[in-house]
Amino acid sequence: MTSLPANPPERRLGLVIDLDTCVGCQACVVNCKEWNTGGYPAPLSDLDPYAAEPSGAWLNRVHTFEAGDGAAGRTVHFPKSCLHCENAACVTVCPTGASYKRAEDGIVLVDETMCMGCGLCAWACPYGAREMDVLGGVMKKCTLCIDRIYNEHLPEEEREPACVATCPARARHFGDLADPESGVVKLVAERGGMDLMPERGYKPTNKYLPPRPRRNRTGTTGAPAALEAAAAEGGFLGWLDRALSR
Amino acid sequence: MHPASSVILFTTSSGLGYGLLFLLGIAVPTGLIPAERWLGLAAMGLALGAISLGLLASTFHLGHPERAWRALSQWRSSWLSREGVIAVITYVPAGIFAIGWVVFETAGDAWALAGLLAALGALITVVCTAMIYASLETIRQWHNRWVVPVYLAFALMTGALWLSVVLHLFGPGALWSDLLAAASVLLAWGLKLVYWRAVDGDTGTSTPESATGLAAFGKVRLLDPPHTQENYLMREMGFRIARKHADKLRRIALAVGFAATLIFSALAVLTSGWPAAERWLFFAEARHSVMLYYGARAA
Repeated sequence: MTSLPANPPERRLGLVIDLDTCVGCQACVVNCKEWNTGGYPAPLSDLDPYAAEPSGAWLNRVHTFEAGDGAAGRTVHFPKSCLHCENAACVTVCPTGASYKRAEDGIVLVDETMCMGCGLCAWACPYGAREMDVLGGVMKKCTLCIDRIYNEHLPEEEREPACVATCPARARHFGDLADPESGVVKLVAERGGMDLMPERGYKPTNKYLPPRPRRNRTGTTGAPAALEAAAAEGGFLGWLDRALSR
Repeated sequence: MHPASSVILFTTSSGLGYGLLFLLGIAVPTGLIPAERWLGLAAMGLALGAISLGLLASTFHLGHPERAWRALSQWRSSWLSREGVIAVITYVPAGIFAIGWVVFETAGDAWALAGLLAALGALITVVCTAMIYASLETIRQWHNRWVVPVYLAFALMTGALWLSVVLHLFGPGALWSDLLAAASVLLAWGLKLVYWRAVDGDTGTSTPESATGLAAFGKVRLLDPPHTQENYLMREMGFRIARKHADKLRRIALAVGFAATLIFSALAVLTSGWPAAERWLFFAEARHSVMLYYGARAA
């Protein structure tokens, strides 16, 4: 049923993404693709993957933006995947019942056996979180690695989304954003975590941590402020210096 | 937004059919159009044919057309689903009305009720079609109060033009239908002008700064896109050609569409192509908010 859950889910599983530490290495993008192309229920297909113009369905993308100018400006790597919104417009527009938001944990999913591939949900998503799998003929999106986080065949420490598990900069955090005691909620409070396009009112579950303020004053390291010019020397080294300076 | 030909055919052809069905469902029971067999066969054949062609076309771009029947299930939340449900329901009174007209050559009593119900169904279906687009808050050129009136007016216009043609070819040509056709042309293109004025005056609420949350640092611009080639999102929502030449295309659509439709309204066969141009622009000019992540300045 594509109506949203009547009551807000008890748990709101999602990601907290740190724009301060993300280095834009694309590891999360690749591991997301790897896990989701090999896992349930069908490959995440590519078109002409080895040709001049490859394209395909990916569930996580890293954009790089410049914000501001000069010394105050920043280069910000910006990972973007489904934000599992509370007011998920992609769910309510779905005519077939394939898109749904889970009442128990708020994860937004597509039932690929029901999706007719009309693409209306991708039009309704402001963030570009859904991509059509052209070969499969169905819409694909981030599942928050639902087949990892509840997977009892995996060791407990591996029960987190593939993108989180692989991030070498620890810029991605996974947890329950409805639990005031959870690490992600504390992180959001401490760092001023924010919503994307808050003016649109989709109430995304995923939060972004803004880049930290730049540290302008650094302590002394003991290094000289500038290198001194070498004094003229006699002997072999002096001759070498003169010979090489010519 | 990418102007898919199947969607343009869907909205214009079904719009034409429903516009015609709406007029027939009112004009025949009220006696404005005689309930004669061959006229009924031509008019209802055209209306139901255009509707069916349009609805069929809407399945052409689906990844899984064989699952299209599932689209009738989510009418509680989805305008696309509502459109499908009302479209299917409307076939029932339209079919009864057609049988009365063509087989029994009557449009009185219960047959008249069927005609009026078919007209009501046609009206609601076109509203639902327009709402599929008008309900998308991500595209401000569509999420606009003039979209529904424009869809209704274009359906009325194409329906009225074809009604005139059918009446001249298969029945007693009627001055009222010719005048109605001309008036509907003025109404449709007038509303389209109002719509263009409304979307041009609206600069949108979202920016790359609000999309990334980086406003504190200053202006945000795309430095490095996330992929080297176009992806589904850019192909579907980053359509540029029409926007680049929007002014020229609008003038062409307006001048050619308006003048030609008025002059050749008797030859509606030819002019029904112009609403397709309008519908193409409706898609091509629309900007999706996701393009904020790909360097767009506003949405």
